Amino acid sequence: MTDTPIPPAPPSRLRRAWESDLFWSFRHAPVAMASSFVVIVLILGAVLAPLIAPHDPFSPGTLNLMNGFTPPGQANAMTGDIFLLGTDDQGRDVFSTILYGMRISLFVGFSAVLLAMVLGVTLGLLAGYVGGWTETIIMRIADVQLTFPAILVAMLIFGIAKGITPPEYRDEMAIWVLILAIGLSDWVQFARVVRGATLVEKNKEYIQAARLIGRTPFSIMLRHILPNVLNPVLVIATISLALAIIAEATLSFLGVGAPPTKPSLGTLIRIGQEFMFSGEWWILIFPAVTLLALALSINLLGDWLRDALNPRLR
Amino acid sequence: MTDTPVLSVRNLVVEIPTRHGLLRPVDDVSYDIEAGEILGVVGESGAGKSMTGNAVIGLLDPPARITSGEILLSGQPIHNLGRSALRRLRGKKMGMIFQDPLTSLNPLLTVGEQLSETIREHLDVSHDQARKRAVAALEEVGIPAASARINSYPHEFSGGMRQRVVIALALCAEPDLVIADEPTTALDVSVQAQIMALLKRLCRERGVAVMLVTHDMGVIAEAADRVAVMYAGRLAELGGVREVLTNARHPYTDGLMASTPLASAGLKRLRQIPGAMPRLGALPTGCAFHPRCEYAQDRCRKDPGPTIDSCDGRAACWFPLATDRKEEAQA
Amino acid sequence: MSAIIKVEHLTRVFDVSKPLLNRVIERLPRALLTAVSDVSFEIEENSVYALVGESGSGKSTIGKIMVGLVAPTEGSVQISGVDLASETDAAKIEAVRSEIQMIFQDPFASLNPRWRVRDVIAEPVAAKGGDTTGLAEKLLEQVGLSAADAGKYPHEFSGGQRQRICIARALASNPRIIVCDEPTSALDVSVQAQVLNLMSDLREELGLTYLFISHDLTVVQHMADRIGVLYLGRLVEEAPRDVLFNDPKHPYTQMLFAAAPKMDGFGREIEAPKGEIPDAINPPTGCAFHPRCPLAVERCSRERPEMRNIGKTRVACHMAE
Ligand SMILES: Nc1ncnc2c1ncn2[C@@H]1O[C@H](COP(=O)(O)OP(=O)(O)OP(=O)(O)O)[C@@H](O)[C@H]1O
Ligand SMILES: Nc1ncnc2c1ncn2[C@@H]1O[C@H](COP(=O)(O)OP(=O)(O)O)[C@@H](O)[C@H]1O
Ligand code: SF4
Ligand code: SF4
Ligand SMILES: [Mg+2]
Ligand SMILES: [Mg+2]
Repeated sequence: MTDTPIPPAPPSRLRRAWESDLFWSFRHAPVAMASSFVVIVLILGAVLAPLIAPHDPFSPGTLNLMNGFTPPGQANAMTGDIFLLGTDDQGRDVFSTILYGMRISLFVGFSAVLLAMVLGVTLGLLAGYVGGWTETIIMRIADVQLTFPAILVAMLIFGIAKGITPPEYRDEMAIWVLILAIGLSDWVQFARVVRGATLVEKNKEYIQAARLIGRTPFSIMLRHILPNVLNPVLVIATISLALAIIAEATLSFLGVGAPPTKPSLGTLIRIGQEFMFSGEWWILIFPAVTLLALALSINLLGDWLRDALNPRLR
Repeated sequence: MTDTPVLSVRNLVVEIPTRHGLLRPVDDVSYDIEAGEILGVVGESGAGKSMTGNAVIGLLDPPARITSGEILLSGQPIHNLGRSALRRLRGKKMGMIFQDPLTSLNPLLTVGEQLSETIREHLDVSHDQARKRAVAALEEVGIPAASARINSYPHEFSGGMRQRVVIALALCAEPDLVIADEPTTALDVSVQAQIMALLKRLCRERGVAVMLVTHDMGVIAEAADRVAVMYAGRLAELGGVREVLTNARHPYTDGLMASTPLASAGLKRLRQIPGAMPRLGALPTGCAFHPRCEYAQDRCRKDPGPTIDSCDGRAACWFPLATDRKEEAQA
Repeated sequence: MSAIIKVEHLTRVFDVSKPLLNRVIERLPRALLTAVSDVSFEIEENSVYALVGESGSGKSTIGKIMVGLVAPTEGSVQISGVDLASETDAAKIEAVRSEIQMIFQDPFASLNPRWRVRDVIAEPVAAKGGDTTGLAEKLLEQVGLSAADAGKYPHEFSGGQRQRICIARALASNPRIIVCDEPTSALDVSVQAQVLNLMSDLREELGLTYLFISHDLTVVQHMADRIGVLYLGRLVEEAPRDVLFNDPKHPYTQMLFAAAPKMDGFGREIEAPKGEIPDAINPPTGCAFHPRCPLAVERCSRERPEMRNIGKTRVACHMAE
């Protein structure tokens, strides 16, 4: 009287099947493959910067002012040194500054998204599961914050945080303040999506079964709901990463972000644009293209992930 | 009644290419529906009932597609028509009623607007006339105060009322064929009785051919003239409703009937068919029912699957049950 | 035999008003929905008590109150003499809670898709810190699946198999009572038969008591010993199975029986019931069924009928006899 097993008992576990499904769709999405290639190359470049970079742009000892404004791929008229992507006004190798700049950009991006994610997922779960006043308060704050452009919120937070840090720590703290500013400006998306997904899951009967068994709300949120709302979180995290990197660049470009002593891609672009019209285009163009490639491929990857994780489109 | 049936489906095959291989949710299905006739289609979920209906009205979601066979509407082939030609046919010649009335109604338009729009699209009438017809259509399906309710939006109606509106919408352009896919599954018994009575009356009065998809044997018994039983994408049995339900020849139909609680009235345990319907990707060889069939023999496993035509014309089974089996059992 | 469950004057009101702000701005009154209204009945040990009624009649709400998922607004449910809502002794509450379990309607929503079947089934015991070694495997075999299924995930099973897994989970804490909320509504008939048979077998083996909620009269007729008919949150009739099916006394019960499709009702033409279930926020006065009742008299719209005993039947109708 047993049902015949529906799948002929494959040893595959949900996780493996799920991953292989994802992998299959990945193999059939050239855009996703191309963009992940770009992302991996860029991240590797950033992580391995100390090994790859031909120069250390931050040790004054290796800098030679004479090398300033060397065009890409050409020998410097005075020193004869050749730089792949040229040098800036200080004679720093643009290729190396980009590698090191990406380290800052990616670090800020990842940390900010992590902060936003932890905050947003927690608040979203609470709002969705607990409901009532908790939900009203959290979601009204989110609504208010959404009416301001994220970058404005970030600048505001940045300004406040900078105001309360003592001047001697400012440069050192700048990165952390950036992370805080971008992270706090970005949690709303996570919270809204997680709340929505939680409302759906909460009404499913497996949650009632867990309540019946006597599980605490905390354990239900953590063990039952959280694993089931992670898919959209993953997608948003990816797209947020692209946005966070751009936000960081924008802040740094506006001069309120990473200090020139620790330049991120945005800082590099700000420095570069001063030379745009005096003919030294490479100081601006190469960091800008890197930023574009990084943000665009992460974004494309996020788009693909969203479609691939959506069971209805599969 | 004319000699050509309103709908004639011949050896229809629907296939879906997937990464796990080619699936055949509808495999070699043939049947006719005459004017004024209700054909009931029953079977377990996943048997291919909805797919067959969707193939007929041209609403298959890609990548699913018709790969062979033909569909004739009043003798005219429609399986090879393009999207826009099919869209013109839908509504005019074919109406449809789905399980969830909300999916077939536009939430942003009043029911009056939707009705007159459909009427004007298919019939050459003025705006005013279309509106009058819309009111008449609502009255006909039993919506009280129709001329006032015509300005309401779908969400202002209850579930049963909405299904009435959908029926009005399906019938307003006077189609020859209506496909009703589980029209009462989402409704309560008392509302179901109302909707089925309505559907039966309209079908009879207008001579519409109806394909009634449902999994409720009781609904089929009360409404259908003939019944088609589907299993794993194939027709298992096709015949007059009384003959098929009281004297099933296919072991699957027999099992289905026997496992309804009423059939085992007074017994402590219900009769049951062991196992479950196989997945499309893992159909057994030969007769797809053989792993669950108590009459299965070697031939069932080895020979290519039986079809109604290759067997006795009613059941797709190499060893159909004798018609007088019931009396034998009782004796 | 004695009553293991006593339901007394049970009432549950839900506040379905819009949020305070909208209400103030749009000048709406509070909207209160009475899902269950003054329902009393008893369930004998080791019997099957069925609740039938159409959508929104309060069947699930009663089931959820019984297992403690929803609190009653008024009245009480006593399980083995303990009232969960008012009992203060935590140990007693714990003991009663593990005595009563529930099976839900939708087999696709009642198992956490990210959990292995083993963890799903053992959760009731694991949550209490009990020993779960081999428990899932044993229960899986008991409900007709194989021990090897414990390592799989719910999506690898069909609807009927999932419902078996739900039954296994419900059995894990050795309950005496199981509330079954439409356990086979989502299943095909042939699979429904398997699940119903399993439930009957388990009842005999383990001496279980079921509160069996369903809208399908044929299923209820097969399973139940005693049946309560609900309409708009009110218990309108209650009787042993055969008495109810042979001689329904309440006009609503009669309408329900007439409307249900019959397997042998070839070409049957019935007088379709008139009207629809009224809005539960503003139910009709007096007897809630009076706008649709063929027997209604003036008194029916004024006075809510009391439960009366007529033979073995309890019925709430002024005209029934
Ligand atoms: N948490 C809730 N909040 C507000 N209203 C509710 C809630 N739960 C149930 N209701 C309402 O109470 C009434 C009874 O609901 P219940 O779920 O008990 O019906 P039911 O008889 O089980 O119906 P069905 O057959 O559709 O499952 C319905 O009108 C429903 O909308
Ligand atoms: N897009 C799809 N991809 C793969 N299989 C599908 C798709 N749509 C439907 N099917 C399968 O086709 C079969 C027939 O489905 P359907 O006609 O909806 O069954 P029924 O209406 O009888 O319940 C089922 O096995 C279903 O899983
Ligand atoms: S062909 Fe054989 S296996 Fe198939 S239904 Fe007939 S007897 Fe059973
Ligand atoms: S009390 Fe009156 S209205 Fe209600 S069911 Fe009885 S006769 Fe009908
Ligand atoms: Mg279907
Ligand atoms: Mg319910």
